[in-house]
Order: sequence, then structure tokens, then C-alpha cells
Amino acid sequence: MHTEGTAMDDADLEAIIEAGARLLRIPLRPEWLIGVRLHLATNLRLAQLVTEFDLPDDLDPAYVFGA
Amino acid sequence: MRDDLAWLDGKAITAGIIDGSFSAREVTGTALERIEQYDTKLNAFTTVTAERALARADAIDAARARGAALAPLAGAPFAVKNLIDIAGLPTLAGSKINRERAAASRDATLVVRLEEAGAILVGALNMGEYAYDFTGENVHYGASRNPHDLARMTGGSSGGSGGAVAGGLATFALGSDTNGSIRVPASFCGVFGLKPTFGRLSRAGSFPFVSSLDHLGPLARSVGDLAAAYDAMQGHDPQDPVCAARPAEPAGAVLDAGIRDLRIAVAGGYFRQGAFPEALQAVEQVARALGATREVHLPEAARARAAAYVITATEGAALHLDRLRSAAGSFDPAVRDRLIAGALMPAAFVVRAHKFRRWFQAQMLDLFEQVDVILAPATPCVAPMIGQQTIMLDGVEQPLRPNIGIFTQPISFIGLPVVAVPVPLPSGLPIGVQVIAAPWREDIALRVARALELSGVARSPRPPEL
Repeated sequence: MHTEGTAMDDADLEAIIEAGARLLRIPLRPEWLIGVRLHLATNLRLAQLVTEFDLPDDLDPAYVFGA
Repeated sequence: MRDDLAWLDGKAITAGIIDGSFSAREVTGTALERIEQYDTKLNAFTTVTAERALARADAIDAARARGAALAPLAGAPFAVKNLIDIAGLPTLAGSKINRERAAASRDATLVVRLEEAGAILVGALNMGEYAYDFTGENVHYGASRNPHDLARMTGGSSGGSGGAVAGGLATFALGSDTNGSIRVPASFCGVFGLKPTFGRLSRAGSFPFVSSLDHLGPLARSVGDLAAAYDAMQGHDPQDPVCAARPAEPAGAVLDAGIRDLRIAVAGGYFRQGAFPEALQAVEQVARALGATREVHLPEAARARAAAYVITATEGAALHLDRLRSAAGSFDPAVRDRLIAGALMPAAFVVRAHKFRRWFQAQMLDLFEQVDVILAPATPCVAPMIGQQTIMLDGVEQPLRPNIGIFTQPISFIGLPVVAVPVPLPSGLPIGVQVIAAPWREDIALRVARALELSGVARSPRPPEL
């Protein structure tokens, strides 16, 4: 599968997952890989939707949010 | 058991106790007996606090006997999602892992405030694990079941809250809503749900999920109870750094002020795509009852939902990172896989999502210069079957779980107050409509909900078998 808009295929995603899990010291079982890959692909697709939207440099991120 | 007491609203319960029609012990006893009788089917409760409840009821009866004034919710049984602290119990947050936590040393702020208002805590409620859920299913404690059809989902993550209130096991309940977890079960179970403005109600003493998006709020079968519970819980709490330093702004007093002065519009565009006909039909019914003919466009709603999704995945993952390292195998697999995927997201994407949040909020505040209320579906469909994995949206089969919240996520993303109102459908199943107001205007959303309740368009239907 190719993740739309991220130029990432399944092998790329699995490489990120395996390296990232080592970096974060999360013990990843092989049977979890399909589910994690699916969700990572969704996350990246939705992140792409956000990051392709042009925002001014001086716009403050709303970390501390006042409604 | 006096079943009639189980379906009274809080005002009628308090009035009945004051005039001697029944006692607080009778009301509480009825709630406890109904929980024993029906919760084997509904699976709404994880703990029943019977001893505590009866002691509180006796205290109220004793206060009445000595002529003391009773508080506004005196005798009304309520229960709380099990991510809210109850002194003496471990706060499970729907997880197996949290069973090992020490018991809470004190009640959450909102529990304290509700008991001060006379309400009687009867227990802790089932929920989706760590609130990362829209279904009400739980691999450790079993699925909450919908009182209108036991084979269907309650919605989540406040599944037990929706089921307990719709099933007449409590007068009202507390839930939490990060991306829709009050409004979704309100929609599927056919009850009213209030997600207040971000920062309005204290979250102190609750287990978090996504701090920058988490809200607590009530679910009830009537707008009067929703407002009474909300009013009882308002007020600044220094224990929650996010809780706004605003005075309480009681909504109960203005509930019947009518809607003639309000500009009400229907959300178009994104909020019409992906909705099943029954969801759009419910919005039309509500709009017609309110005389709302204007349609407004919420700018970049799909991106708002996407940004909320990214923030949720990453902030949730950061919260649970240590547990993923030490006990990943003890999570619900559906939650674990999403948390691991969230932990792997680059920080730059998260920062952009927070920048987009600022932009979207400014756009929406501009929109609220033109209208006072926006109507939108709460869920794209009625309650799906328990175990259902996919849904057809606009003719495309998609995963069910994340798509249940497509209409709620863009709204909570910027903390707007919403009342989800239940609309009974000819099929016998209910569905919710979101009544969305500007920040800090819960009073307006509640007034509109009250007008809809009086018109008969919005009501909480009693399940025939309960």
C-alpha cells in the first residue's frame, strides 16, 4: 500500500515503526505491526491535510488554549 | 421497587422528597434495585456505591425531618464515568492496567460539588479504554449495551454514562468529551448531553486523555436536569490549571427565556457529507422546529477534524508512553496500536496542528459574529451493532471507529459549548443533533435545547423493555 501524499509505502512505514519503537523503547510484537502501520498511515494522511494548509509564520500555536 | 421514581427528573425527585410523597431512601433504593436487575444486560456500571448512596439518602431524609432546606438536586441519583475519582476506589479509566493503582484518596471536584447540591452518587460507569474510543466497547469489562437495542453500541467513550441514563438507572451521569465522547453516546442512547466550553468545568480528580482537548460534562434525560447538574458544577477550581477563573454563570435561571432573539443556522458543506439520511433528517426536523433556514459554512472543517486527530494521537501517546514501555500487552489492542502509532509522529506535525487550531478558532469566532447557534449532526448514523468494524460513508466502506466522531471532532477542537439533543426516529432508535454556541454561551445552547424539548422534537425516549 502507498500512503497518499506522503510518498511512503508499507516498507517505509514499517522501517519507521521498527526504528521508532527502538528509539522510544516500546517492545513491539510482530503481530502488532499491521495495526500500528494502519494507524500510522492514517495519522500521516491527516497530518498532511493540516500541514499543506498555508499559515502565517507569526501565528502562535494554541498549546495553552483559551476558548 | 417503585419504578415510577426511576424516570422522574431531578426537580420532581427533590419536590417529592420535600412534600413527603417519597423519601430519598426510596428513590436511592429504586435506583440500586434497578441497577441490580438491569445492569446484567446493560453493563453500564463497573462499581456500585450502594452503602455510600444509602448513607447520603438517609442524611437527606434526616435533614428534611428536622426542617432543613434541601439543596436543588437533593435525592437525585447520579453516576460517573470511571475515569472520575471516587474516594476509596481505583480510577480505572476503562483499563486493566489501572486496577493496580492506589485507590483515590478523595472525590473529584465535580463529585464533591454535585453531592453538595444534594445529588446521590450510586456508582462508577463503564467506558472505552483510556477514553480513546467512540463505541462503548471494552475488551476488559465488556461492551456497554444500548438500552434501545441491546445488540447495539452505546457509543463512547462515555458508554456506561449513556446507557445508565437512558436505561433509567440514574437521573444523570457525568462523562468526558475529548473528541465527542459525551455527544456520541448521547446521540446513540437518546439522551441530552452537554459538552461545556473548554475550561468551564474542573477536571481535577479525573484521569486525563488529551489535556488540551479534555472536557467533563453531564448527560441527562431532560434539559432541566442537564442545566441543574451543570450549574451545580460551575466555578473556578485552582486544582485544575485549565479551569477558567470565571464566576459561575447559572443557566437554569434563563432556560425558559425562549429563542426569539437568537440567530440560528445549519452547518452545511462538510456536515452534510458522510451523514446517513436519518442524521440529516434529524437536523432538518430540529431546524424546522426552530425556524432556522440559514446555512453556514464552517471553514476547513475537515482540516480541523484532521488536526484534532493528530493532536489526540500524539498527546495521548505521550501520556501513556511509560505504560507502553512496561505493559503494552495489557492494553486493549485497538487502543495500543493507535497509541504506538501516535508516539511515532514527528513533533513538527503536532505543532502545525496547534497552529491550525489558532487559525480555526479565529474563523469560528468571526462566524459567531453572524449567528448565535449552529446546528449539525452529532453522529453520521444511529447506533451501529456491537462488533461492527466498517461503515459506508458516501458510498465508500471505511473503518467505523474513527468515523463515528467526524461531526463532533471539529467542534471540540476549539472548545465550543454544545448540547447534543436526542431526536427519536420512526425506527425506534434515537439520533442526536448538536446545538453549538459561541464560547462561554452554554446558556444559549441550553435555551435552544429547552425550546426543542418543549416542542416535542427533542426528547429522551424510554426504552420499552426497561
